[in-house]
Amino acid sequence: MMDFLTPVTWADALAVKADRPEAVPVAGGTDVMVELNFHRRRPAALLDLTRVPELAAWGRDGDVLRVGAGVSYTRLIEELGGLLPGLAAASRTVGSPQIRNRGTLGGNLGSASPAGDGHPPLLAAGAVVELASVRGTREVPVADFFTGPKRSVLAPDELIAAVLVAPADGPEQFAKIGTRNAMVIAVSSFALALHPGRRSVGTGIGSAAPTPRRAPEAEEFAAAHLPWDGPGPLDPDLARRFGELVSAAAAPIDDVRGTAAYRRHSLSVLARRTLTWAWEELCE
Amino acid sequence: MTTIPFTEPLGTAGSCAFSVAGTTENAQDIESLAGAAPAGPARIADRVRRSGQVAQVRPADATRPTAQVRVGARPTGLDVRVGGGVGSSPQRPDGRLKVSGEFAFSSDLWADDMLWGATLRSPYPRAKLTGLDLTAAVALPGVYAVLTAQDVPGRRVYGLEHADQPVLAGTEIRYQGEPIAIVAADHPETARRAASLIKADYEVLAPVTDPDAALLPGSDRVHADRPNLLRHVPIRKGDPAATAPVVVTGEYQVGMQDQAFLGPESGLAVPAEDGGVDLYIATQWLHVDQQQVAACLGLPQEKVRLTLAGVGGAFGAREDLSMQVHACLLALRTGRPVKMVYGREESFFGHVHRHPARLRYEHGADRDGRLVYVKASIVLDGGAYASSTGAVVANAATLGIGPYDVPNVVMDAYGLYTNNPPCGAMRGFGAVQACFAYESQMDRLAAAVGLDPVEVRLRNALTTGDRMPTGQLVEGPAPVAELLRLVRERPQAPAGADFPPGGTANTTRGEGVVRGVGYAIGIKNVCFSEGFDDFATARVRLELVGGRPAALVHTAAAEVGQGLVTVQAQIVRTELGVEQVTIAPADTSVGSAGSSSASRQTYMTGGAVRAACLALRARLAARLTALGRAPSTSDNDKKGPFLSAEEWVGALEAGALEETVEWRHRPTHALDPETGQGDAHVQYAFAAHRATVDVDVELGLVKVVEIATAQDVGKAVNPQAVAGQIQGGTAQGLGLALMEEIQVVDGMVRNPSFTDYLLPTIMDMPPMRLDVLELADPHSPYGLRGVGEPPTISSTPAVVAAIRAATGAALTRVPVRPEHIVGA
Ligand SMILES: Cc1cc2nc3c(=O)[nH]c(=O)nc-3n(C[C@H](O)[C@H](O)[C@H](O)COP(=O)(O)OP(=O)(O)OC[C@H]3O[C@@H](n4cnc5c(N)ncnc54)[C@H](O)[C@@H]3O)c2cc1C
Repeated sequence: MMDFLTPVTWADALAVKADRPEAVPVAGGTDVMVELNFHRRRPAALLDLTRVPELAAWGRDGDVLRVGAGVSYTRLIEELGGLLPGLAAASRTVGSPQIRNRGTLGGNLGSASPAGDGHPPLLAAGAVVELASVRGTREVPVADFFTGPKRSVLAPDELIAAVLVAPADGPEQFAKIGTRNAMVIAVSSFALALHPGRRSVGTGIGSAAPTPRRAPEAEEFAAAHLPWDGPGPLDPDLARRFGELVSAAAAPIDDVRGTAAYRRHSLSVLARRTLTWAWEELCE
Repeated sequence: MTTIPFTEPLGTAGSCAFSVAGTTENAQDIESLAGAAPAGPARIADRVRRSGQVAQVRPADATRPTAQVRVGARPTGLDVRVGGGVGSSPQRPDGRLKVSGEFAFSSDLWADDMLWGATLRSPYPRAKLTGLDLTAAVALPGVYAVLTAQDVPGRRVYGLEHADQPVLAGTEIRYQGEPIAIVAADHPETARRAASLIKADYEVLAPVTDPDAALLPGSDRVHADRPNLLRHVPIRKGDPAATAPVVVTGEYQVGMQDQAFLGPESGLAVPAEDGGVDLYIATQWLHVDQQQVAACLGLPQEKVRLTLAGVGGAFGAREDLSMQVHACLLALRTGRPVKMVYGREESFFGHVHRHPARLRYEHGADRDGRLVYVKASIVLDGGAYASSTGAVVANAATLGIGPYDVPNVVMDAYGLYTNNPPCGAMRGFGAVQACFAYESQMDRLAAAVGLDPVEVRLRNALTTGDRMPTGQLVEGPAPVAELLRLVRERPQAPAGADFPPGGTANTTRGEGVVRGVGYAIGIKNVCFSEGFDDFATARVRLELVGGRPAALVHTAAAEVGQGLVTVQAQIVRTELGVEQVTIAPADTSVGSAGSSSASRQTYMTGGAVRAACLALRARLAARLTALGRAPSTSDNDKKGPFLSAEEWVGALEAGALEETVEWRHRPTHALDPETGQGDAHVQYAFAAHRATVDVDVELGLVKVVEIATAQDVGKAVNPQAVAGQIQGGTAQGLGLALMEEIQVVDGMVRNPSFTDYLLPTIMDMPPMRLDVLELADPHSPYGLRGVGEPPTISSTPAVVAAIRAATGAALTRVPVRPEHIVGA
């Protein structure tokens, strides 16, 4: 037997989670149901979050956007494509239309897969994850959220409430490698955000380390060397060096989806190309 | 005056072709009556909800064009007097149900008091099973039976060619996933839990996994009582010491492809009052299942009755038994119906796969690119059990130099046992592996002599009257050169593409993207070979229903999605002029139809249905003669109408007419074990492909932009189904070229799911340009040639050749991975 718990308010959801910390939250179910169908998981209870309206909302909260954990990829693309272009670009690469209709950003974080496509753009944008429990609310920078493959700082009584992220203040890019042209888990992925106002650069690497991660040296290098003062064509050597630094920041392994060497190689190409495109966009 | 055509309306004169762009051009949107509740024969227990196998098809509008004719005229003698006959594309009776999700597949079978079966499988590829403790499993509430090898009452092994595969493993475990014990419980979850509660003790052994090493004399044996070499087929033609001024060599590898049908292994076994069992099952060959199941159960065949359940794809993977014996054992033990359905992951362990292969070739040619000799050795990894490895080896050997005329051939193909997953039948069956190698070699030869890849093929193209390496004469049309020219002459794919390599993943804006074009052609045998007694049985019954003639066709042929049910009705309409045709459920109460494999079922069961119809025509004529209304037998017969409504009543008033016919193709012969000489095959089929690809040469990502193909089908019995087979087969070949591989390391499958066993999506399959030739084979029904396999064979090397053209990379292994292209 498996209990199916169906809170209809956020407060109820938190109370249920406090009461039944072993209950597995289910949002779109596109990860949870796969695990159940493959008999990899047999939880005593499922905690259905789809009836909690707060989770499916997004809005402005001062300077930042607060995107509810239950917002689907389709809505990220359609409603937030202008404000969060990097996240929307990543969302377009997720699964198939059916998966994008059901799958949520909160579910992506909840699974904490190193290959989750939502993660690199959140890293590049410097997003913060809002976690909640009956004990209260805490905000964790997304870079600190992941602790290992499919592991995060989420406590057993906690739920992911939302992601807090500033709207893009410059060009954003996301690119992903897969061995087929759609419906594929990333072999490697890369997200980039340029902040011309602050003269800084954000990065996010997917599928090439035990967790999604930034490439801090590449960020610093680009921030220091991009010709912010006199925007013009990008020096190809600069783009290439940026690519090398992104690649060096990865810690990939060989697995069924690709080799470590290919992951490093492809990251250097993606980083070089996306920086070039982002810079062109900035100069337009 | 009434005329019935008594002369054989088989037409072989003339040649014609049609051309199809896309799949929809031929769609004949006619109403199907199949939505009506499926009926079943009385024998079927009414508690069993059956799948929608019985269907009636209303004929198509005969006035509609079925295809665009490119050359020549249609073969004569096939005037269809009622719509929906041979050469048209009536809607499939199961089409609407399948599209709307209402079709009952074998996994949807249900009996009210049924139990669920589950299987315990070995986690190790090679081990000794030293102990099995069933206590906890048996004690679990809801469990009705837990059975092991000791509980198999009859023969404990089964197999298509050699009975070497245990129903349940005894002490020897030979592959990961080998079944060890089975459970029946009142809930699938309970059954699975019980299986996991069985305590199995193993002595884990180092698996034999390298096929080359397994051939060495000192290798461990996979089966203690026999060598690892399962079959060696040598072929010797001409001078084995021939030399040539131009020599190209190559070593190639083909990864393990999976059939990846969507409907997992499943079925329902219902114990019968006579001590026997009724099995509803998705399979490719009911009678060969019946023989094996009965032997293992220790029952006479008539007590093991099989009915085809809805088949969710096959592609060869349902030729071997999976859960058939297990479900019957549990049903007989518990006295309750038992249903078994594999999950997706289990399915990867539940059926055989395509043989991985290592192929070493040496081609010798003169400076004009004319082949002087081919020397080749092909090693096919059969995995733990024989399955159909022997026949796969024979195909690889006999078809292994491709559709080329070569005077001197030294070919050796080997199939062997390892502790890798068992391999057996899959679409293309040995011809696929060889084609990747010989076509790669033809491109190397073209480069070596400075010729265009098509030109070098044309100079060596096999044609009617040539002899195969086996010495067999190539009879009937062999349009190898014509097919190559057709794909070459198609306009080049337009520049640009809907989206770049990488799809929507934003990996390039044109950086690194290079276009390449590649060609390939392949050859396949149709029907069973090497002297096998290959036959099909059909029963056709004519009677009056509501005062009008109706036909009932009963065969044991498996509709596996290819559209055989449609074709059977088409043949009846053409031969008898009866509009209303019902296809009875396929079961073992009628004689064997042989397998739905080897591209043979339209040829064989189609041939049997046609023969039964011809016999019925004679009976009809006799009745009419007795009534004093003898039909004419003049030459005009074929032009005349069939019976009038009144005459039908006259002929059938006295009672139904029924004919059962066992039909055979021309006999084939064994291969000489030393020289490989012999007329082993009954028919050859050919297809050519031209692939156009865009490759991101820096990232190694590929987008196939367009595929042009040309195939000779002899006669397009159902043009839309032909187009479907060509498109689907090509997609399966594209999958092998680019992504489909079961990755096996140390005997362990690393990707048993559709998350990581990648199949082409709609974003990967390009638009196709089809040329379909209809060059009648003088020996086959309607002149048809098997259609299902050829498209799969040459599409793989064509795609790889196109990637080579774009990148210059050697690419000697499929699937090609991005790593291979960029060298990372
Ligand atoms: C066919 C297919 C293709 C896919 N393709 C991709 C792809 O291309 N890229 C990609 O990144 N992913 C892909 N996925 C994985 C999946 O769709 C994504 O990870 C998705 O974001 C999961 O969201 P969900 O709402 O469906 O999560 P669910 O399955 O409902 O939950 C996922 C996990 O998060 C937890 N969870 C959900 N919501 C919360 C919450 N509010 N608080 C705490 N925990 C929570 C759940 O307990 C569970 O552990 C694919 C999946 C499938 C089946």
